[in-house]
Amino acid sequence: MKDFIDAYSWINMRYLFQGLGITVIVSIASIAGSYVIGALLGIIRYVNIRFISPIVGLVIDIIRNLPLLLIIFFTYFGLPNLGFRPSSIWATIIAMIVFESTMIAEIVRSGIQAVDPGQMEGARANGLTYAQAMQHIILPQAMKKMIPALVSQFISLIKDTSLATIIVLPDLMHNAQIVYGQNSTYILPMFLMLAIMYFVVCYALSLVSRSLERRLN
Amino acid sequence: MIAIFQNYGGLLLQGFGQTLLCSIIALFFSLIIGSMFAIFETTPVKFLRVIARIYIEVFRNIPLLVITMFFFVVIPMFVAKISGFAAGTIGLTIYTSAFIAETVRAGIQSVDPGQMEGARANGLSFWQAMRYIVLPQAFRYVIPPLGNQFINLVKNSSVLAFVAGFDLMYQGNVIASDSLSTMSTYVCIGLLYLVITLPLSYWMRYLEKKLA
Repeated sequence: MKDFIDAYSWINMRYLFQGLGITVIVSIASIAGSYVIGALLGIIRYVNIRFISPIVGLVIDIIRNLPLLLIIFFTYFGLPNLGFRPSSIWATIIAMIVFESTMIAEIVRSGIQAVDPGQMEGARANGLTYAQAMQHIILPQAMKKMIPALVSQFISLIKDTSLATIIVLPDLMHNAQIVYGQNSTYILPMFLMLAIMYFVVCYALSLVSRSLERRLN
Repeated sequence: MIAIFQNYGGLLLQGFGQTLLCSIIALFFSLIIGSMFAIFETTPVKFLRVIARIYIEVFRNIPLLVITMFFFVVIPMFVAKISGFAAGTIGLTIYTSAFIAETVRAGIQSVDPGQMEGARANGLSFWQAMRYIVLPQAFRYVIPPLGNQFINLVKNSSVLAFVAGFDLMYQGNVIASDSLSTMSTYVCIGLLYLVITLPLSYWMRYLEKKLA
């Protein structure tokens, strides 16, 4: 018991919360970036533009079948070869956006495909252009179907930021490792706190998604 | 790149083997554990449902790295010393089984409830009806999503690199620091991962279309 009280001292907890802050900031930036890029890629893949869509599709398939850890290494060690040396935070955000936008592109594409094709035909028959029909008729309906898959993807994104400790991102996982590195009696309390903090963040997001789904239906 | 394959072929092959071995072991056990919790979730017994719900929600919302490091760091302190490979495989099994449980549960619930009622009315017990009537039908629905879980499992097995599991990613880091040609090493590693995941992914997409 004393181990736990010592381990959860104010200094340690403040350090953990700093790490949680980095985890949350990196996650929010990556979610925003990958949502925009992923939606664009998904639409490009769906509408079948000649030459562009097959190439985009191939790139998406290759990236989403690689481990995220490898993409993180690519950005952290590869970008300096192109003359841009990112900090660990930027490297993580870039790697996350590259990887997650391909996952989101697949979700968006299958979401659009799940909308009844009659909707598009009806919209076109009523005089809307393709782009207008997409924007006002198809995408809002596809959005509803995509929410559960999107949110579970965002939850895995948050969990996967922990992998960036390998490039010394000062996130929650990394800070906890520093704390328990000082004193081996802190190990168990730190793992418990890690599990609780990640769980609270991710579970809160899944509750939000559930209430969103209920409101939309 | 070709030089990497020539000079470090043995290490790459060993890493490839470890990644494949760990993925297959983890898939086998997480299928068993996942199906068990999926059945728990659909039983009429409230206690089992609560247990299954807690297991699934907890392990779906904690990073795989935390679970794996727990087995690598904490378990040796209190229980027994285990290798990095074992810690990684156990972590992967627990993490993946929570996802498989969700997938299989969705499959069981997509089977017409009349099937279960009919089986019970014909005198089968709940377990018999589950075993002979519901599960065989459910597994047909869940094959594509299970395949995708296996792809995720292969990709996630790269956490073995954190715990010295001698998998592909770990060997990649070893080769990168030895040969000093970081990028071409990682390209080789990426190609080897794609050898496993890309065909599976196209196969699952084909199955999805065929079964839909």
